[in-house]
Amino acid sequence: MTRKIAKLLKTPFFCTAMAIFFGSMVACGILLLTGYSASESLAVMFNAVFSRPKFILNVILKSTPVILTGLSVAFAFKSGLFNIGAEGQYIVSTIASTITGILFDFHPIIQIPLVILSGMLAGGVLGGLVGILKSKFGIHEVLTSIMFNWIALYLCNFVVNIERFHKQDSDGTYSINPSGFTLLLNDWKFSEEGRNFLKDNPILSDIILKTDFNLNFLIAVLIAFIVWVIIYKTKKGYEFRVSGLNPDAAQKAGINVQKNTIYTLFISGLLSGVAGAFSITGTSIHNIQTLSMFENYGFNGLSVALIAGSSPLGCIISGLVFSALIYAGQSLQFKIGAPSEIVNIMIGIIVFFVALVRIVPTLVNRFLEREESLDVK
Amino acid sequence: MEISKDYAVQMRGITKIFGNFKALDNVDLDVKKGETHAILGENGAGKSTLMNILYGLYEADAGEIYLNGERMEIKNPSCAIHSGIGMVHQHFMLIDKFTVMQNIILGNETTDKFGIINTRKAKKRVLEIMSRYGMKVDLKRRIRSISVGMQQKVEILKALYRGAEILILDEPTAVLTPYEVDELLEIIENLKKDGKTVIIITHKLKEIKKSSKECTIIRKGNFVDCVNVEKESEQSLAEKMVGRKVKLSVEKRPASPGDIVFEIKNLNVTCERGLESVKNLSMTLRRGEIYGLAGIEGNGQKELLEAIIGVRHVDSGKILMNGKEIQNKSTRYILDSKISVIHEDRHKDGCVLSMSVADNAILSKYRERKFCINGFLNYEERDKFTDQLIKNYDVRPIGCKNTKIRNLSGGNQQKLIIGREIANNPDLLIAVQPTRGLDVGAIEYVHKILINLRDQGKAVLLISLELDEILDLSDRIAVIYDGSIVGEFNQEKANENNVGLLMAGGKFNDAQNS
Repeated sequence: MTRKIAKLLKTPFFCTAMAIFFGSMVACGILLLTGYSASESLAVMFNAVFSRPKFILNVILKSTPVILTGLSVAFAFKSGLFNIGAEGQYIVSTIASTITGILFDFHPIIQIPLVILSGMLAGGVLGGLVGILKSKFGIHEVLTSIMFNWIALYLCNFVVNIERFHKQDSDGTYSINPSGFTLLLNDWKFSEEGRNFLKDNPILSDIILKTDFNLNFLIAVLIAFIVWVIIYKTKKGYEFRVSGLNPDAAQKAGINVQKNTIYTLFISGLLSGVAGAFSITGTSIHNIQTLSMFENYGFNGLSVALIAGSSPLGCIISGLVFSALIYAGQSLQFKIGAPSEIVNIMIGIIVFFVALVRIVPTLVNRFLEREESLDVK
Repeated sequence: MEISKDYAVQMRGITKIFGNFKALDNVDLDVKKGETHAILGENGAGKSTLMNILYGLYEADAGEIYLNGERMEIKNPSCAIHSGIGMVHQHFMLIDKFTVMQNIILGNETTDKFGIINTRKAKKRVLEIMSRYGMKVDLKRRIRSISVGMQQKVEILKALYRGAEILILDEPTAVLTPYEVDELLEIIENLKKDGKTVIIITHKLKEIKKSSKECTIIRKGNFVDCVNVEKESEQSLAEKMVGRKVKLSVEKRPASPGDIVFEIKNLNVTCERGLESVKNLSMTLRRGEIYGLAGIEGNGQKELLEAIIGVRHVDSGKILMNGKEIQNKSTRYILDSKISVIHEDRHKDGCVLSMSVADNAILSKYRERKFCINGFLNYEERDKFTDQLIKNYDVRPIGCKNTKIRNLSGGNQQKLIIGREIANNPDLLIAVQPTRGLDVGAIEYVHKILINLRDQGKAVLLISLELDEILDLSDRIAVIYDGSIVGEFNQEKANENNVGLLMAGGKFNDAQNS
């Protein structure tokens, strides 16, 4: 019996759940210290996520980019690389998607893949560049990708101000042509027929009419599965893992570690690229705007990957949790006036506890050892 | 034996249990003051565990420890250091980027009232210790730039600096050259003269004979015997250690060399510091022979190997495998030309510690059609292959396929790696220190495998710092010194004297006469 419980305690899922629990506890403590009722805050946060179908759907929709950037970071982690450049790759992807989305106007069947692929490729190229700099010149990937993040940010602002793209009296570019939208039922829901239909179905109306209803989340889940298959089932994935865990042994086994570094960061960039492209095609107002600061989609991917313990499938769940927390945080400020930063603190604490609970399996093992040695005696 | 003041260390009924494994069962140890005492046992017999208990790294589940006749509780290493016990671990605990001096005083710095380290005072003491025991170490050098033998001296200095009266050396000769071993034995002699007590953990019989007066033998966690070394032969010590009759010398038929398989012609290689490490080196290997490359560490062996397997750039010269030029080709291409390597450092180069045994089993063959279909790994074949390796090479524990290879003992890791490489069916097997850190039983096994391979008409290039191993196994013996091969002998002509002379930089003509 104790063995069974011990085994359960050792599962990564349980550890993560515990980290989230303790993170929430500490956040509650902080709320109390700052003079807000903890139970009220938790109720507000819970309601903010679960009280209406629209809210649930919004959490899911908003989780899509962080799941993808989380996958991007996790994939690099598995190969022993730290892709802190997911942010920049996300940004260049939004830039590329916006440009192709504005310049071209094909039938959706061509337009949508074109826009998404251009975004992915931009992210991939930026990631691959980091890989090339690392493997050819030995420059650490963290340094170059931080630089690239800033280059991407200012590139974005530059593109926004190009006359061809800039929408007058705004901070942003034109929206991409509607043929590139990946919104579902977009035409139908504003048509006569659609509006009449939705009037009789308040739940459907809530989720379809009032959100950027799309299927991008499902594609992100699919991508998570693909990443999992690549890492654990394929030859290349095996090479990536060996290179990540022991580059010396990888090299001596005939694995071209340097080439794999480039591949890995390219793929990692592609994944962040999907996140960027989906943001343009799937959420209004389908354009890029002048950035004064990072929007953190990429950096949040770091937290998502950390919470998931770099497991690709875990990224789906941790992305959802992450997005729910952010979403709830906004209403915390809105409803009871507590600073929404409290949620950021909470996320920080959760990530901290995730690192901390790695010790749990060790503790459990020690406990088991003691039990067994008592048995032997 | 009674508890008495004449004994520096006495341990009684020491028992230690890990999980459901009894590492030590009621073991006694008596070490006379001012003497060298050896602890002999195979890998995993529990000798290191016993010493780790004495040094306070582990707590015994039962048993007592007496120092100089007094009962002591040694809860942790700092407790042990206070009681005058020092330990030099098999894997050195030094900081690479610090200087020798900094490492010696680390954790025990003499400071002035402002908290600033007073090196002068410390240096005086270290110099005094060095001269007393005949040790020469350059205090200003950084650890990473000095040889392993030097690093060991630093560890000994560190222990003495902390006032050790009882010094535990864990497998001290495992990494040393013959010359360095002699130096160490001399240092031990000096320590003894000064009244210090030395405990040596080892499985090398020769050195026990040379260094120690008494020897405690442990087998599978049990106390076997405490013997007077002078009255025992190497053979009888080995039998007590292993628990059965063993062959200390290698048995093999004379070689029948065939065609040339592997050839190096006038090879030149530079190391990362820009120095010429391999100079105009040539060698020829034929099928059906073991070619031993003897030499002191740092004479170009590392660079030579790296050049052969395509990790290091070849400046000039040719490497031919089955008549095909392979210099400056990719490692993958070279390995696919039927070369396999057993690396010296199995943790660094030979396996991926945090992967499973099965994943490690396919490390050098995952690309083969059998294990990889259309880019996807074939887990079924992997498992089948691993089971076979485990069975054929007696890797223990038997059901270890899915455990991390980290949890296997060194000998079992090595068996798996050797099995894996031989399964590649190479025409040339390069074995670098293949028995490093293995016990007698495992060494016997590895040697048998290498000879078997030779008898099947393969070539074996044996690179080893252990002269005995080279002399016993090789059909031809070459000596590498300063990046060149300075002499080559047939096995019957080679002996410790002439090969040793060349290793130390002597002339070939002198060596032939000696």
